[in-house]
Amino acid sequence: MSGDGLRHATEGRIDRGTVLRFRFDGTAYSGHPGDTLASALLANGVRRIGTSVRLGRPRGVMSAGSEEPTGVVQLEAPFPDPMRPATMVELHDGLVASSLSGRGRLADRPDPARYDAVHAHCDMLVVGAGPAGLAAASLAVRSGARVILADERPEVGGASPDTEGDDWFDRAGARVLTRTTVFGYYDDNYLVAVERRTDHLGAAAPGNLARERIWRIRAGQVVLATGAHERPIAFAGNDLPGVMLADSARTYLHRYGVLVGRRAVVFTINDSGYRVVADLAAAGVEIAALVDPREATGGTVGGQVGGRYGGHVVVAAHGDDAHGHDVLSTVDIEPVGGGPTVRVDADALLVSGGWSPVLHLYSQSGGRLRYDEVVGAFLPDGCRQAVTVAGAARGLTSTTACLVDGVDAARQALTALGITPVDWSPPSVGAGAEGPPPATAAPGGVPDLRFVPAEDYSTHFVDFQRDVTVADVLRATGAGLRSVEHVKRYTTAGTAHDQGKTSGLLTSAVVGQALDAGIAELGHTTFRPPYTPVSFAALAGRDRGQLYDPVRVTAIHDWHVRHGARFEDVGQWRRSWYYPAEGEGLAEAVRRECVAARTGVAFMDASTLGKIEVQGPDAGRFLDRLYTNVMSTLAVGAIRYGVMCGLDGMVFDDGTVARLAPDRFLLTTTTGNAGPVLDWMEEWLQTEWPDLAAWCTSVTDQWATVAVVGPRSRDVLARLAPGLAVDAATFPFMTWRDTVVAGLPARVCRISFSGELAYEVNVAWWHGLALWEAVYEAGAPYGITPYGTETMHVLRAEKGYPIVGQDTDGTVTPQDLGMAWVVSKKKADFIGKRSFARSDTARPDRKHLVGLLPEDPTLLLPEGVHVVDPACLAGGRLPEPPVPMLGHVTSSYRSAALDRTFALALVAGGRDRIGDRLYAPLDDGRLVPVTVAGPVLYDPEGARRDG
Amino acid sequence: MLLIRCPWCGPRDETEFHYGGAAHVAYPSDPAALSDEEWGRYLFVRENLKGPFAERWCHTAGCRRWFNAVRDTLTNEILRVYRIGEPA
Amino acid sequence: MAEPLETTIRSPLAGWTPHPLTGIRLAELPFRTQVNLRLPAKGPAADAVGLELGVPLPVEPGTTAGSGELSVLWLGPDEWLVVGSPGADLAARLAARRGAGVSVVDTSALRTTVLVAGPRARDLLAHGCALDLHPTRFPTGRCAQTLLAHAQIVLVAVDDGTSGAEPAYHLLVRSSFANYLADWLEDAAVEYR
Repeated sequence: MSGDGLRHATEGRIDRGTVLRFRFDGTAYSGHPGDTLASALLANGVRRIGTSVRLGRPRGVMSAGSEEPTGVVQLEAPFPDPMRPATMVELHDGLVASSLSGRGRLADRPDPARYDAVHAHCDMLVVGAGPAGLAAASLAVRSGARVILADERPEVGGASPDTEGDDWFDRAGARVLTRTTVFGYYDDNYLVAVERRTDHLGAAAPGNLARERIWRIRAGQVVLATGAHERPIAFAGNDLPGVMLADSARTYLHRYGVLVGRRAVVFTINDSGYRVVADLAAAGVEIAALVDPREATGGTVGGQVGGRYGGHVVVAAHGDDAHGHDVLSTVDIEPVGGGPTVRVDADALLVSGGWSPVLHLYSQSGGRLRYDEVVGAFLPDGCRQAVTVAGAARGLTSTTACLVDGVDAARQALTALGITPVDWSPPSVGAGAEGPPPATAAPGGVPDLRFVPAEDYSTHFVDFQRDVTVADVLRATGAGLRSVEHVKRYTTAGTAHDQGKTSGLLTSAVVGQALDAGIAELGHTTFRPPYTPVSFAALAGRDRGQLYDPVRVTAIHDWHVRHGARFEDVGQWRRSWYYPAEGEGLAEAVRRECVAARTGVAFMDASTLGKIEVQGPDAGRFLDRLYTNVMSTLAVGAIRYGVMCGLDGMVFDDGTVARLAPDRFLLTTTTGNAGPVLDWMEEWLQTEWPDLAAWCTSVTDQWATVAVVGPRSRDVLARLAPGLAVDAATFPFMTWRDTVVAGLPARVCRISFSGELAYEVNVAWWHGLALWEAVYEAGAPYGITPYGTETMHVLRAEKGYPIVGQDTDGTVTPQDLGMAWVVSKKKADFIGKRSFARSDTARPDRKHLVGLLPEDPTLLLPEGVHVVDPACLAGGRLPEPPVPMLGHVTSSYRSAALDRTFALALVAGGRDRIGDRLYAPLDDGRLVPVTVAGPVLYDPEGARRDG
Repeated sequence: MLLIRCPWCGPRDETEFHYGGAAHVAYPSDPAALSDEEWGRYLFVRENLKGPFAERWCHTAGCRRWFNAVRDTLTNEILRVYRIGEPA
Repeated sequence: MAEPLETTIRSPLAGWTPHPLTGIRLAELPFRTQVNLRLPAKGPAADAVGLELGVPLPVEPGTTAGSGELSVLWLGPDEWLVVGSPGADLAARLAARRGAGVSVVDTSALRTTVLVAGPRARDLLAHGCALDLHPTRFPTGRCAQTLLAHAQIVLVAVDDGTSGAEPAYHLLVRSSFANYLADWLEDAAVEYR
């Protein structure tokens, strides 16, 4: 069809003086500001704008709103955007779009647009800015409430083209969000919306504005004025381009100045079709036929009608050879119940199967729906959330009724909020206006015709996007499905964009007919968010890239960066992993760093360790209950290693405890567990032991910690802390001193996670970098070497020190780790004690932490690899699965000190297998022999810790 | 997202809270006196009720206080909150 | 904590120069003295601490009390954060009250403070803070521990002295999270350039 003359001379709210250029499927077209892509395509005579997903049938525009199931296009420019309803795409200069076969294409390049989110609060959220919503918002604003009014369209006024003027609405008094779809309604009146902020600006969109914004709205009261969707009717070929929802033809006329055809047939089962006839006829469209299954085809019809077919239905829509078979050319009309067919030429078939109140959000909120036989649709039926439904969303049809209802809804909501509503009505209603008229106007109720009976239902579409027909639904019921939810899954009707908007009631009706059940008893499928599709980009917002998750850094981080450290993430912390010198990889750098720590001096940034100060007269008693060993006997000035277990007796965390004063302790936790340990301590204090006078305060970020490690560490410390007696007798292992280091107030702890002589120097966070640089300078004569987490792991593993979370996994007891010595036998009780007496924790074949030495000293076992007993091998091969596994490797490294590779592993009965040969099956199929050893492979006598 | 009324800080978004399972499961006064069966029951076995359910929450991102809440597991509605030590 | 040593001290956001914005001022207020107090809210200990501070401990959740440079923030039913100017001797004075059921921990270096002020300060914070910061709900003098994006903060509505009508907030953030928070604020503020 040529586009000539399809643009009405005066109708519509478009700016005819401005021409916008756009392309569709490679052809250049023009439109005007105020157009959607759909209206501009229709004005240009483009009827077919896609191909259906399963059956490859031609598809056109069916509606004028977000319920559009078929006019779904791919946007190509300014940026690829898949599956956008053309009815919701505002035209802008330079828009490029193309047709789809039911599936979109994601962009193959990064999206340069910004997306963000905003939290918002209000007394009243009004969803939908049609007459009811505007009236509700207006009363709330006038009554002094904080109001948010959201609507998916570019301007307020609603879907209906019959606006009566809304200059009584004070935009400035409310937060008005246009182009904003409220798509989710969650617990406690939490609603989520997406605002499309820049698409309509095209190339002129400022780059610093977020393209889409997610609104997270917490509302005291919600008024849903979400309107109603017109329903299609199922008949043969009801998906053909040219077949449209009737009232959308009025919207195209009045809003966009577009005639959807030149010669139309109107097929309606309710009175709203009659205003379509009147308006289109007045605009110069020839109405070839008015078809209404009711006997009386209404009263007066304003306008010339070619044929009035009371008691008739449309049975089929066709193309023809002259106009092509992918657009509508003729309409077949028959009497209800069968009879002679009348064929009428038409280029538009406007269908009204009645109206479905839009209750998606209401249903999401937990609201119940009930089927109303008079209205012929589901209506709201009560909700425990603070929500009121107003206007067409509860079945009202006239603008006046909706205005009145909006005011009533707002009055109810305001009263519930404790806000006194002012006495106000929209001027067009006037004081003392009549109440809402009945839901349906005379003549006649809505007949429940949903689909036109036929022999062959294979082109009676119920879900136009998913290509689901009446035949498909009957196949589902024929297969024995009885629930609409099951039919939905079986047929996919109501999935994808549609979500039941145009298909829901139709599907239920077909199921009802097949099962001889009423829609009321069948109910409806569950409405789930989102109401319309939302891009992942919008949902992700700014939680991407660097801001996806906080990156915690220490006070010394910039130094690590400047000195070429490679980093690894430990929880949210970014820690130095190793510091490669020129030409070094991980293995070479770690070897060099390990050698420095074992033979000279090395230092690392240990600031990430969790630190908790515990104060109070009962602090010691409290720690005795938390740790497996005794802490209350610790002398002031001393430090003790401790293990915490869960109630199940499994290791939860480990660290050191320093006694600062009789009633003050400083605990360290593993880097990743600082938060959970503090929460755990607070939980016990608050819920089980409120009688204990003890308080916990996190001080992790208060202190920067530098570990100085190696035989020459004492020399370095002596240079930095001239006031500190550093000799082993005066400052023994597992003690701490407050002193001055490099001119900074410091606490020095003599603890070691490497087996070497070592000190951990703690200063205030803001002095961390100064301390680090001072240590580097003082250590230079000794060749001091910075090291990272990988070297720390190697050094501790050589000593058999486990790392909680790497060598343990929540199924490992202290005894399994070979640390029975850390579990008190004397204390009456502590967390986990009872579980050590369970038969399971006393089994001799539990997995023990042991060392593993590959017989090939150059072979590095992969962490996670299993080990098996040679007794299970058959001919040097693994037996058929299930293979009996003895355990797995938890840590595996190359050791400079041992001059070989080694591993730690959890092995069943491992301590009884020391010296045994086991095998590790590798991914490449090799079975490599390993020897079981004790976990402490380096300096088992502990001779090195005093330097 | 639930709006949970911290007994101290007032209503806050659910993301500020940490869930702590069933409330009023007291630590046994003498664990050593329990059989393995009884201890295992204390550790691992909880009711999974339909309807009002007393449970513990901690306002982790706020005042860090633990408290109790009665939530209807059918509707997700929190019917009431009360401080530790207050009667259920 | 002793007097900061000016030559070696370095705040978590040292070197941060926020991009100029319309209607929003961002700045780090470093090195403020902070002392964490834990004690029963009522009783002789609370009275003694109040006398030492010159203001009673605020017992209403989410409120602050202050006098001059000193402010006391309610963190929990038995927890307060006392905030003073950089180098104040608060910690030493309060340490004398330690024991007898009072926990006193110097946390001056634990958190730094970020100032967010200006007519659009609330708009900026609303991108990541779920609290209702409307002046009727969160007026000057209110404080809250909450989340800004993925960082825990102590949020305080302050009168920053520039103009009484202009919204101003202090965001107390852990030192290790400060860079993340500053990056997040700068990124959120692109909208207001």
